[in-house]
Amino acid sequence: MKNSLLVSDARTKKRNAAEARFKTYGLSAIVVAMLALAVLLTSVLTNGLSSFQQTFIALPIELSEDRVDKQGNRDPAEMAKTTTIGYAPLLRAAIVAEVERQGLTTALSDKDLGELISKEAAATVRNRVLANPDLVGQTVTFDLLAAGRIDGYFKGRVTMESAALDGNTSPEALMIAQSLADAGVIDTKFNWNFFTAPDASVQRPEAAGLGVAILGSLYMMLVVLFLALPIGVASSIYLEEFAPKNWITDIIEVNISNLAAVPSIVYGILGLAIFINFMEFNQSSPLVGGLVLTLMTLPTIIISTRAALKSVPPSIRDAALGVGASKMQSVFHHVLPLAAPGILTGTIIGLAQALGETAPLLLIGMVAFVREYPAAYTPEAGLFGEASTALPVQVFNWTQRSDPAFVERASGAIITLLVFLLIMNAVAIYLRRRFERRW
Amino acid sequence: MQSLTTPLLFVLALAVVGYFIAKSRALHVAGGDIRTLVSLPKQHALNTLLSTAIPAFGAVLIFALYSRITGTTPGWFLSLVILGLGITGFALSLIGIKTQTRARTYAERWIMGLLIFSSTIAVMTTVGIVFSMLFETFNFFGQYDWRDFFFSTTWSPNFRGNSDLGIIPLLWGTLYVSFIALFFAVPIGLFAAIYLSEYSGPRLRAVAKPAIEVLAGIPTIVYGLFALITVGPLLRDVFAEPMGLGQSASSVMTAGLVMGIMLIPFVSSLSDDIINAVPQAMRDGSLGLGATQSETIRQVVIPAALPGIVGAILLAASRAIGETMIVVLGAGAAARLSLNPFEAMTTVTVKIVSQLTGDTDFASPETLVAFALGLTLFVITLGLNVFALYIVRKYREQYE
Repeated sequence: MKNSLLVSDARTKKRNAAEARFKTYGLSAIVVAMLALAVLLTSVLTNGLSSFQQTFIALPIELSEDRVDKQGNRDPAEMAKTTTIGYAPLLRAAIVAEVERQGLTTALSDKDLGELISKEAAATVRNRVLANPDLVGQTVTFDLLAAGRIDGYFKGRVTMESAALDGNTSPEALMIAQSLADAGVIDTKFNWNFFTAPDASVQRPEAAGLGVAILGSLYMMLVVLFLALPIGVASSIYLEEFAPKNWITDIIEVNISNLAAVPSIVYGILGLAIFINFMEFNQSSPLVGGLVLTLMTLPTIIISTRAALKSVPPSIRDAALGVGASKMQSVFHHVLPLAAPGILTGTIIGLAQALGETAPLLLIGMVAFVREYPAAYTPEAGLFGEASTALPVQVFNWTQRSDPAFVERASGAIITLLVFLLIMNAVAIYLRRRFERRW
Repeated sequence: MQSLTTPLLFVLALAVVGYFIAKSRALHVAGGDIRTLVSLPKQHALNTLLSTAIPAFGAVLIFALYSRITGTTPGWFLSLVILGLGITGFALSLIGIKTQTRARTYAERWIMGLLIFSSTIAVMTTVGIVFSMLFETFNFFGQYDWRDFFFSTTWSPNFRGNSDLGIIPLLWGTLYVSFIALFFAVPIGLFAAIYLSEYSGPRLRAVAKPAIEVLAGIPTIVYGLFALITVGPLLRDVFAEPMGLGQSASSVMTAGLVMGIMLIPFVSSLSDDIINAVPQAMRDGSLGLGATQSETIRQVVIPAALPGIVGAILLAASRAIGETMIVVLGAGAAARLSLNPFEAMTTVTVKIVSQLTGDTDFASPETLVAFALGLTLFVITLGLNVFALYIVRKYREQYE
């Protein structure tokens, strides 16, 4: 049978079809991967963007002296004896008066009207009065946090049907809230509190914020930077430039490549057993977290530093030796500065990986509920010794709570975390492009 | 340790002061003319600084270790030792400043000591990991029979004692989740790598490669939240409930699917490197004999790259086995031996977290079992990594 190049026979058609199928498999694999990324980011964004907005109620509150300053001497120490429970009636009176002033009617009792305001708001008013005692006796307009369910209503989480079944709110409350919003008293605006406020209790998701978590993560990153960078660079210099090729060096190198592959939870166990039990550092302190993350980041920094040192051509070293420098002088004065951009990029990428780690921090006890900002140094706790939490651990904490408002908070925290990571990676890429030298 | 701050600060101050004193002494010894000196004044100064500071701080480090092991507290004797070492180093280095002194060599010996010490920190970390887990695991096996731990098929810790702590249901959960993760990640990652390295043009590569790298850089807590909020309910509503296989949003399938997405860039980038390492001559030979490109890939390139690809799969498996956050949020806490992928099954890593963050007494077997689990996990992942390295090394073809 004569075969012609211009007429495909059956077998060639089959082979061409197989080729086309194979290409489709490859292309669809890439499409699936990019689709997964898109779905992931979309899901996180849609769930979390609403957490950057928060519902506030603008109310003029009459700070009557007989409630707030019983001694009448404007002394903050004396006025501190009035707790937030003493301030709650003031807030309740304010919202009842506002409803009347707007000419609205409602079936709610005064007590239920007071529940429209978050329980955290009384603390806000009290703190402001204690800071400015001369406000006593005046009527001051405060921007108060609305209660969690009201906030949920304006974000679409809470509906009239669900409110009828809810123990914390009711359809009447939602209706009066809607009327107040139409009158301009209730407003939803950008929530700076989300970044600055500490975590709040389970019943008050509207007041929960990332302040403590961001501070704790910052302290840990500082510890990692000041420990992992010198140790990593020193190890890399030794291994790359000075180490003789014997079995001791082999053991060190094998160890480093093994440590890069160890699961992160094992580092958490190491941190628990050695740093907390054996060396008795404070549990859930940024110091211990930073030490554990240092050990995790060390292999990454060592590998990237070695690559940076290797990329400096031997002619530089030889030239330095030729004018009389010792080996160590040639490394520290010539090779290291030239390898610095690569080292910097590797460090930033290592820090970005450390920022997102959760599992080891859970094991060293950072699951605690921390209300106060940790100070950087206290005499009792030492440097970075106060209990704190970290950004990814805060996300984990919030996912464990049953209120769906915390799901929104957790997604918002993840958006914050991803933005930090994006900035760090972008800085690393920019620095690499800017300072990269082609030998 | 508070009482040590004063002598340490004193030694530090002495070192800094010694720097400047040594510099001026070197100039004095040279009679104002630096050319008569073998080493520069600043090298003499550095030598004094390091000779004063390093022995003292080294002594503190050694004593800290000793005091933790034996429980003795630092007393006035240690402060005396620290001061003595500092002053001795200070005096000896200053006395030794002469024109012929090779201070640079001595200073560089101290620096080399610091470099070697930093390098051993990696070894000390491994030793610390193994030692800490071994120690507590022996404590655990003193309270609970090792045969029950390794061979029992029930896991039900009871804070009153009398718990059943068998690892087999946990191992089953771990292996099942990892299997599903690899089932999704390996074909997608491999085909993506093949397409990107063999077929795609530069424009697609410029878009697809960074996108896959972004998947690699996302922290696992984000994947965990994604599994909890989106994938779990989706799988339950679309697959599990209509098919009557389960009502749980946390399941092996949820965690496996999300972990597969996490592993795609891992498999893809490793396979990409390996496929690119196959020499072009082999592809050209195959094409020259009349094969289509897909036949070349299937019959020439992939078999040549196979050891490396198998190594990549084993490394991905090791990563999947050690993963924590995705399974904590996506797979649930129920330890059971079941074949239904839509049921909640827990893994070794989830139980490590839950046993160590619970309220039980630290010395009880319920808490100590976490160390035994951690040791098992460490041994398994280490074994997989070593095995992967061995396979790659043994079957790798050396192309010149």
